[in-house]
Amino acid sequence: MDQYIDIKVRVWRQAGPKAQGYFETYELKHIFQGASFLEMIDILNEQLISEHKDPIAFDHDCREGICGMCSMYVNGHPHGPDSAITTCQLHMRKFHDGETITVEPWRSRAFPVIKDLMVDRQAYDKIMQAGGFVSVNTGGVPDANAIAIPKPVADEAMDAASCIGCGACAAACKNGSAMLFVSAKVSQLALLPQGKVEAARRAKAMVAKMDELGFGNCTNTGACDAECPKSVSLANIARLNREFLCAKFSD
Amino acid sequence: MWLKDSSIGRKFVMSLTGLALVLFLLFHGCMNLAVVFSEDAYNMICHLLGANWYALIGTLGLAFLVLVHFSYALILTIQNRAARGNDRYAVTGKKDGVEWESENMLVLGAIVIGFLVLHLYNFWFKMQFAEISGLETGAFDPQNGAAYVKALFTTPVSGQIYCVLYLIWLCALWFHLNHGVWSALHTLGWNNLIWMKRIKVIGCVVATLAVLPFAVVVLYYLGVGIGMLC
Repeated sequence: MDQYIDIKVRVWRQAGPKAQGYFETYELKHIFQGASFLEMIDILNEQLISEHKDPIAFDHDCREGICGMCSMYVNGHPHGPDSAITTCQLHMRKFHDGETITVEPWRSRAFPVIKDLMVDRQAYDKIMQAGGFVSVNTGGVPDANAIAIPKPVADEAMDAASCIGCGACAAACKNGSAMLFVSAKVSQLALLPQGKVEAARRAKAMVAKMDELGFGNCTNTGACDAECPKSVSLANIARLNREFLCAKFSD
Repeated sequence: MWLKDSSIGRKFVMSLTGLALVLFLLFHGCMNLAVVFSEDAYNMICHLLGANWYALIGTLGLAFLVLVHFSYALILTIQNRAARGNDRYAVTGKKDGVEWESENMLVLGAIVIGFLVLHLYNFWFKMQFAEISGLETGAFDPQNGAAYVKALFTTPVSGQIYCVLYLIWLCALWFHLNHGVWSALHTLGWNNLIWMKRIKVIGCVVATLAVLPFAVVVLYYLGVGIGMLC
């Protein structure tokens, strides 16, 4: 049964991108375990505002696990100590009375801190702009069922497409590598006939952009796969390697 | 050049050089195993490989592979640490399914290279190098490999210490390969959802096959050495 608990929250505070960050610990009393983690942060912020202190800046939007905005490193795990969920889907029942919860922003050179727990994840958008799309001619819309796609292939493409671009993979990776993200985005299109046309150009462009933005080199440790809120598989990275190497060798 | 400028290109070089070195280890291990069965057979192999032109080309090739593999490892690690950024996490949780060895490949590799230097001094310097240079660097004939193996591993006390050192080396090598082999295949693109588990098993089997023959030789002489002590 969910109970009311008293906790301490140790939060990373950083006034701006260039400012020196530090940890500050806040005490919170009477937090219902049925509350979501972000609701707990909301309560903490209300408490801070009532004390005339600066509230904690953090990213959030849909609060139902589909937008990829929430981005907290909770107790050493991106999206907290539960598997296959985003921070907004994390509940206080995962914590116990008297616990000190450490909350940090994503830490990666390619994701600079904007303020407190908010990081700049435009790097992922730039990778998408480099090639994460299918070019189509405008005009009449072709029938969706005109091209037959085997169910297992469609499923695998759909699983790759479940990536919400939250950045947990690069945040969890000891190498700061964005390979799981890039491989999911390459895979979701490379698996389908509409995306195959530009597959070689896409793989080369997205990998080049990823390297340019300062992400690290993948060493297949699998921390990304373990921490991904959408359980995107490491197998996608093998597909990206395959697509990229084939593209390079056919040049 | 994409083999050095692209992240996947650099990993491709690591994979190829690594796999080539694994093939060499399998070959080297099989040769070594002969000494357990027949010292004459082993010396015949030493004679065949000695300072012949093909063995010398092979040695140069190996030196090149080790150099490329090691320098790329350093470059990749420096780049990866930079990509991680200056601020480290205050708390790092254990991630399910992440192998310990995969996070410590550079350290394991450094241990392997460190012992490799000792190993080259123990054997290569007294055998192939002695043959090329014509210098007398060891106590026995350069092609009498079995005598060197026996002397190193069975001389009372120092032999047993060497056995333990070599076993530590082989352990580090096994852990390095247990991640390295499947990771190399994965980087080459030879993996998918179905093969993920299989490829890890293949990696473990190859790592064991590559290390086991060496371990058998060391354990055999450890037994012989202890037998001599008794």
